[in-house]
Amino acid sequence: MIREIKERCFLAAVFFSAALAVLPLIAVLGYVFVKGIGALDLNFFTQLPAPVGDPGGGMANAMVGTFILVGIACLVGLPVGIFGGIWLAQYGSGKRGFIIRYSADVLSSLPSIVIGIFAYVLIVATMKRFSAIAGGFALGIIMIPVVTRTTEEMVKMVPRTLYEAGLALGLPEWRVSLQIVFRTAWNGIFTGVILAVARIMGETAPLIFTAFNTMYWNLRIDQPMASMTVQIYNYAISPFSQWQAKAWAGSLTLVFIILMVTLVVRKYSKRVYYG
Amino acid sequence: MDKLPIKMKAVDLNAWFSGKQALSKINMDVYSNKVTAVIGPSGCGKSTFVRNLNRLHETIPGATVEGAVFLDEENIFKPRYDLVDLRRRVGMVFQKPTPFPTMSIYENAAAGIKLAGRVPRPVVDQAVETALKQAALWNEVKDCLDKPGIGLSGGQQQRLCIARTLAVRPEVILLDEPCSALDPISTGKIEELIHELKKEYAIVIVTHNMQQAARVADFTGFFLLGELVEFDVTGKIFTAPRDKRTEDYVTGRFG
Repeated sequence: MIREIKERCFLAAVFFSAALAVLPLIAVLGYVFVKGIGALDLNFFTQLPAPVGDPGGGMANAMVGTFILVGIACLVGLPVGIFGGIWLAQYGSGKRGFIIRYSADVLSSLPSIVIGIFAYVLIVATMKRFSAIAGGFALGIIMIPVVTRTTEEMVKMVPRTLYEAGLALGLPEWRVSLQIVFRTAWNGIFTGVILAVARIMGETAPLIFTAFNTMYWNLRIDQPMASMTVQIYNYAISPFSQWQAKAWAGSLTLVFIILMVTLVVRKYSKRVYYG
Repeated sequence: MDKLPIKMKAVDLNAWFSGKQALSKINMDVYSNKVTAVIGPSGCGKSTFVRNLNRLHETIPGATVEGAVFLDEENIFKPRYDLVDLRRRVGMVFQKPTPFPTMSIYENAAAGIKLAGRVPRPVVDQAVETALKQAALWNEVKDCLDKPGIGLSGGQQQRLCIARTLAVRPEVILLDEPCSALDPISTGKIEELIHELKKEYAIVIVTHNMQQAARVADFTGFFLLGELVEFDVTGKIFTAPRDKRTEDYVTGRFG
C-alpha cells in the first residue's frame, strides 16, 4: 500500500517535471503565434519595410537577405566542416586530431557576438563597409564546428567492415572513402547540416555589425544586407507599435521556417539505416 | 598434392597486432581449382591468415607483417606491389554480409566494376547478370534489382556479396566464415555454390564448423595459437591426423 502511494507520487513528480519542461516551449510558440498572426498579410512577404505611419510594408528584402546570408555561410562552413569531419574520423586519432577536436568544441561554445567581432575586424574593417560577405562569413564560422562534429560522428558510425569490403573489391582507397564510407554517412551528415542551417538562421548578434541592415532591396553581397533577425531586432526595440507588430510577425515567420526545417529533417533522418 | 598447380603460397609468414604476434611462421599452399579450408579455435589466427592473402590485415592501425606470400610466383609483399590489382585478383567475402547500404542490388553487384572506372552500361549489365547467376541469386532478385541490397535476407545478402566479388572476375576467392551468420538452408546453398565455383577459382574458406570443412574442402589446415599445426588432404586431417593437437581438436576434445 505504502509502496503504491510512493510509486504514484513519483510518477506524478516525473510527469509534472516533464510538463514543466515543455511548458515554456508551448508558451513561447503560443505567444509568438497570437501576437504575430495579426500583422501577417500578403504585403508582409512581398513588400519593403514602410516608414512609420505608412500602412502596409513588409520584410521581403529581409527574408531574401536571410537566405542569401545562409547561402554564403554554407559556402564557407560546409567545405571546411565536412572535409574537417572526414579527416577527424579517419586520421584524427592522434594528438593533432585531439587539438582540432578540442578547438572545434571551443569554437562552438564561443558567444556568437565574438565571432561577429572577428568577422568585423577581418572583413568589415578591411573592406571599410558592412557587407553580406562579412555576415555570411560570420555565420559560416558558427557552422563549422557543428558540421565538423556531426560529420565526424556519422563517418565513424559507418562500420569498418564496409570500408574493408570496398578495399577487398579492389577499389582505390579514396574511392572507398568517398563513394562508400562518405556516401553511407551522407544522410546523417545532411541532417547535421540542415540543423546547423536552422541554427544560424536564428542568429542576430553576429550580423548586427557585419551584414548590418538595409530598408531597401539589395542583392549585392558587397553591400549591407537585411536579415530577418536584425530586422526583428530593430523593429522590436523601436518605440512604434506598428513596427513592434511587424517584429512579432517576423518572429512568427522565422520560427515557422525553422520549425518546418527541423521537422522535415527529423522525419527524413529516421530513414537513415546502417547495414 | 605435390603435383597440383599452386595458386598462392605463404612462406614464413608472421603477423602482429600492435606487437602481439597473431601468426608465426606460416608455410601453406593454396591450389588452383581446389577448396582449402582453414580451421581452428577462435583467436588462432585463421582470419588473420586469409586477411594477409589480400593484404587487408595491414590496413588495421598497428598491424604489421613479415614474410612472403606468392601469387603466381610473384611476392605480393614486395615493394610497390599494386594493391588494387592484388585485391581484384584475390576477392574476399566477409563473415557478416556487407552489402553497401546506400546501393541497390544492381549497384551492389556492380560496385567493383563501376567504381573502378568507366565501363559501358551493357557490359556492366552483362557482368551483373552473370555474377548473380553464378552466385545462385539471379532468379530471386532479377525482378527487383533496383531495391536496396540490405532489404534482402541474410543468406541472400551473403550471396549478393559473393556475386559482387565474382563480378570483378578474381582468380582466388577468400571466404572468411561466410556462413557463420546464416541458417542451415542458406548455408547449404552457399556450400553448393562453393562446389560450383571451384571449377573456376582457387578458394580459401575459414570456418568454425568442422563438418563444413569436411563437406566442402579438398585440403584443410589446422591453426592453433597462430601456428599452422597441420596441413593435409581434408580426409586425412579428419580421419588420420599426424599431430595429437589436431586429433584432439577434430574429435572435439578441446576448442
